[in-house]
Amino acid sequence: MSSISRDDVARLAQLARIDLSDVELDRLAGQLTAIVDAVAQVSQVATPDVPATSHPVPLTNVFRADEVRPPLGQEAALAAAPAAEGGRFRVPQIMGEEP
Amino acid sequence: MSEPVELMDVDQALEQFDPAFGIEVHVELNTKTKMFCGCPTEFGAEPNTQVCPVCLGLPGALPVVNAKAIESAIRLGLALNCSIAPRSRFARKNYFYPDLAKDYQISQYDEPIAFDGYLDVELDDGTVVRVAIERAHMEEDAGKNVHVGGATGRIQGAEYSLVDYNRGGIPLVEIVTRTVEGMGERTAEVARAYVATVRDLAKALGISDVRMEEGSLRADVNLSLRAKAADGEDQHAVPLGKRSETKNVNSLRAVERSIRHEIGRQAALLAAGGAVTQETRHWHEDTSMTTPGRSKEEAEDYRYFPEPDLLPVAPSKEWIEELRGTLPESPALRRHRLQESWGYTDLEMRDAVNADALELIEATVAAGASAASARKWWMGELARTANNDGVELADLAATPAQVAELQGLVDSGRVNDQLARQVLEGVLAGEGSPGEVVAARGLEVVSDDGALLAAIDEALAAQPDVAAKIRDGKVQAAGAIVGAVMKATRGQADAARVRELVLTKFGLEG
Repeated sequence: MSSISRDDVARLAQLARIDLSDVELDRLAGQLTAIVDAVAQVSQVATPDVPATSHPVPLTNVFRADEVRPPLGQEAALAAAPAAEGGRFRVPQIMGEEP
Repeated sequence: MSEPVELMDVDQALEQFDPAFGIEVHVELNTKTKMFCGCPTEFGAEPNTQVCPVCLGLPGALPVVNAKAIESAIRLGLALNCSIAPRSRFARKNYFYPDLAKDYQISQYDEPIAFDGYLDVELDDGTVVRVAIERAHMEEDAGKNVHVGGATGRIQGAEYSLVDYNRGGIPLVEIVTRTVEGMGERTAEVARAYVATVRDLAKALGISDVRMEEGSLRADVNLSLRAKAADGEDQHAVPLGKRSETKNVNSLRAVERSIRHEIGRQAALLAAGGAVTQETRHWHEDTSMTTPGRSKEEAEDYRYFPEPDLLPVAPSKEWIEELRGTLPESPALRRHRLQESWGYTDLEMRDAVNADALELIEATVAAGASAASARKWWMGELARTANNDGVELADLAATPAQVAELQGLVDSGRVNDQLARQVLEGVLAGEGSPGEVVAARGLEVVSDDGALLAAIDEALAAQPDVAAKIRDGKVQAAGAIVGAVMKATRGQADAARVRELVLTKFGLEG
């Protein structure tokens, strides 16, 4: 059976920008292991003739025509922004993190 | 953020190392609306005026795929000789950066729409290199950050950043090559030619504006070095070094220069017994250097998972074949066909290609000018003007039809070469068509013999010594009179006709 280690949780927490205490790391490692193991049982009943799926709805090619719809407008777009300047969203200093 | 910059001379580096590169080209599609919402995609709009709940990542908003973007991606995939996946899906690429409103980018991961293709790239000397394409996948573009504060406008030292999401959500196709090796001293040239070929292809397909300076075509260049094997050693046994990924390479020249820079930088590091760090680097056009970004090993984990808000894309065979039928002639074939029909030398053709003048010349020829005269204008006076103004030929005010009209005026003798340049000046200044400029500025050649003869008589009277020489049969002395007449008519006389009239006056033959 699969298992989620304390280190795995710490790494995921870091990637997701969630600050976890040592106690929380231990607790979540145990809980996540239980969840992953439960989900893994599905693979025991999945046979090669059952296709993998990422979506429960048996639909494909749901498209939209390339037609412009009115956008929000700058004022409405920025209305809920904590800070804005010159029509742009103002965000805190970005430190060493890039895509 | 400084690091010691020791560069090894590129030629010297190539004696010791064989470079390997891979390129990711992002082609921004020119659909009217974004990938997953109906927001417009005009370049240069006021910030945050082309946004909606979907591309701002507001809670509860649902993306819907733009059919035209899928069509463009399939056509590009086919033109890259790729297989089109009978079923592909979108995935979320998770990372935190303010230009990404949702904190994830909708991309494709394990099931790209196109894969396993190739592109034949022709170098300046006619050599053809086949570059293998690993995949071409669809994704959405991110917004744009402006860093405020600090001296450089760069991220380092900035106090805060401002974000415009107009570009966020515009459809992109990312084309990923397989590793290209064994190109030696031609590595940078091949890389540049590859990006140029992708650009030409996307342009011919009509799926993108492919303006590198506006970011509608962007390249990330991966480069690593492999030490050359010692005698008797198997080259393939020598491991490939760690790679750097240079981002922000936004001109063809920068592709070539950034590769040469990275070859020199990595070679110097390795030769000094150091190691190349696997990292993202940024290209700086102003200093022709790359500087380090984040280290790759730390942030490579994007926790991709299938996008639950979108359904799979499963293009039918019929649709794919229908789209295959819409593919244009390949840019390389087109170049060969045009060169043959225009009778240009290899060098003339290459200059025209590099100046992005093929379409303009083609349209000028279609409007009635000869291929030679079309080339003369676009690669001469107009190229100089574009160069001086720092713009592309296509951005000049003169259209191919106007250039053809101007040449028509020259051919019919209504203006001479010197006047034609003044007419062009007027056209470029937005004064109207060549005909209108001639009329407005009074630039027509004086072909009225009476007026010319009067000017000739005046010139002869003013220079009796010259008149005497001509009378004595010294034909070449007529030049002084022609010059005087041209001056008197402010260049508007037909010099050949003036000369003819002078000689006839004295009963001489030219």
